[in-house]
Amino acid sequence: MTRPDPPDMSRFTCPAPLADYPHVVLGHGGGGILSRDLIEHVFLPAFTNPLLDRLGDSTVVDLTADLAAGGRLVLSTDSYVVRPLFFPGGSIGDLAVNGTVNDLAMSGGRPRYLTAAFIIEEGLPIETLGDVVTRVGRAAAVAGVQIVTGDTKVVERGHGDGVYITTAGVGIVPPGVRLGPDAVRPGDVVIASGTLGDHGMAIMSVREGLAFEAEIMSDSAPLHGLVAAMLAACPTIRLLRDPTRGGVATSLGEIAVATNLGIEIDEPSLPIRPVVAAACELLGLDPLQVANEGKLLAIVPEASAAAVLAAMHGHEHGRDAVAIGRVVDRHPRRVVMRTAIGATRIVPMPLGEQLPRIC
Amino acid sequence: MKHLAEYRDGDTARRLAAEIGRIVTRPWALMEVCGGQTHSIIRNGVDQLLPPEVELIHGPGCPVCVTPLETIDRALAIAARPGVIFCSFGDMLRVPGSRDNLFAVKARGADVRVVYSPLDAIALAKAHPDREVVFLAIGFETTAPANAMAVKLARQHGLANFSMLVSHVLVPPAIEAIMRSPGNRVSAFLAAGHVCSVMGTWQYPPLAERFRVPIVVTGFEPLDLLEGIRRTVAQLEAGRHEVENAYARVVTERGNEAAQRVIAEVFAPVDRAWRGIGVIPDSGWRLADAYRDFDAEIRFAVGDVTAVESPLCHSGEVLKGTLKPNQCPAFGRECTPRTPLGATMVSSEGACAAYYHAGRFVEPAIAGATHDAS
Repeated sequence: MTRPDPPDMSRFTCPAPLADYPHVVLGHGGGGILSRDLIEHVFLPAFTNPLLDRLGDSTVVDLTADLAAGGRLVLSTDSYVVRPLFFPGGSIGDLAVNGTVNDLAMSGGRPRYLTAAFIIEEGLPIETLGDVVTRVGRAAAVAGVQIVTGDTKVVERGHGDGVYITTAGVGIVPPGVRLGPDAVRPGDVVIASGTLGDHGMAIMSVREGLAFEAEIMSDSAPLHGLVAAMLAACPTIRLLRDPTRGGVATSLGEIAVATNLGIEIDEPSLPIRPVVAAACELLGLDPLQVANEGKLLAIVPEASAAAVLAAMHGHEHGRDAVAIGRVVDRHPRRVVMRTAIGATRIVPMPLGEQLPRIC
Repeated sequence: MKHLAEYRDGDTARRLAAEIGRIVTRPWALMEVCGGQTHSIIRNGVDQLLPPEVELIHGPGCPVCVTPLETIDRALAIAARPGVIFCSFGDMLRVPGSRDNLFAVKARGADVRVVYSPLDAIALAKAHPDREVVFLAIGFETTAPANAMAVKLARQHGLANFSMLVSHVLVPPAIEAIMRSPGNRVSAFLAAGHVCSVMGTWQYPPLAERFRVPIVVTGFEPLDLLEGIRRTVAQLEAGRHEVENAYARVVTERGNEAAQRVIAEVFAPVDRAWRGIGVIPDSGWRLADAYRDFDAEIRFAVGDVTAVESPLCHSGEVLKGTLKPNQCPAFGRECTPRTPLGATMVSSEGACAAYYHAGRFVEPAIAGATHDAS
């Protein structure tokens, strides 16, 4: 009597396909077959690249050529928590890529690789997770960066807003580019790359169910291409900032403090869409304190301002770029606005979350 | 917004300011009643264009600021109850009660929600029949019609789980209280345009006559304010004391009569305590007897909650116009938007917050600020 051959387990896959779990369950974060399933069916198809596909505990990248040429490494990390996950003009997936890409770009860096960690709430529909992950992959492709390693965890229902994403990025700052507050001088020009306040008001309009005459779209976009064009026009740009949370008021305030100089901005020159201005007016919010996700502020030498603006106007994310003010040696550490009627006021940094007012 | 830009034109503003400078011959103290006007004056720097003779005194017209401490403490007590969804306009969340604010109660697990209209609270009451939904109804005459309408709707829909904590306040009794207060310096009023859009201007001639004080209904944009100030100064210089309407694109003499009828049905006059000022007779509205079953104060039995103000807070003098925010010893020290002692430091319409956010720590510093950016 011969015993049957032992079954060949090497080609075994779980007979219950992912589709049998329409929602994320705690087991998807357990590190077992369900986790593997989620990675193979949801994450890898969206992010696929040779470095990631090895699925090691970590990923080795080779930047020796960039470093040998005089480039410097730039690193950044950021966490993304936004409700709702999808909004006009973007999603948490777009923010998670563009936000970190832009943080690298504000140092003049060319983003190369991202890592991505997902904290997923039990019960999130797999389809929704798939949508988010697809958006992450698409945004990475648009930005020209690879996601080379990552992590997923699942938390109990009620312990998260669907999904939180943390990305970290590494990029290369080209030789000769040195951005920082030390370089800023009185007389330098302050440039905004486009309309202000769009992202924050887009989020608020959907979160609070407010309908305005025209839909307000988030401006989420990767800005390193714009930055490269600007640096090509003027390698001695002093400083770049992306006015995300806290808006332009916070970024300019921080620049004034970091440089120990004053900043003056001109209210009529501020590029604010009429629908955003109207929505802010209605809710009692200051558009300068509202978040942007695809805009930058540049401090540039006066002599180069025209060249930088021209370069920006030639780039899809800088078409509406405009000079909004100037660095001054008066009133150090303060941002002062020249109002439409010709008076002045100090532009404060917001305390925390802006509160819609009563009437 | 195209209908707003024309009221912010720099050239016209300078012309109006120059005209005010031409007609003024002696010092006058004008009170803008409404917190929205205070905010616009500081935000746009309207006062910087005025001749030194014209002083603007910031009135008690920020509804968040004058809401009594007791009301805040009652709101906090109700919000902390299990099963309650407590709804409020956003800027009430940070207003300090005796020990706490709504943010802190929310952080400890209370269900506190920011709404944009009392109708949002009605929708919540419909969607959560097993929960008590309470709306904090504060404000001047401007917000009263929507609040009154919400109560009517709640009755129509049989929403037994809806109630309102009402602390409405009224402008005319406040004007009277200011004119009667010892040490009053106010020689004319810029009446609040939005209040008058609801109530009309018919309440004001007796006040103007009794106190021989000009009352000019004024809007909120820089040019509205300058035009209101110009007309007020012209009256003062001519020795007149009339009611004038400088906001005719919005305000009529009779006001919104349909709104006034709803208010009269749902609310009844009551002596109201104003935070920092004290009780002013017949200066507020409570729910009328016919609607008492929607009164959260009764439903949750919080009527006996009383409170004591910080002795450091001078918001009463600020609200009465006898103290400028930056003249308060606590301004910018013990009292900041992060650690407010009084509501005037919290609301976007509060005079202290307006001064703090515009960096007016010392008055001459900002007035001397110049600008030569091209």
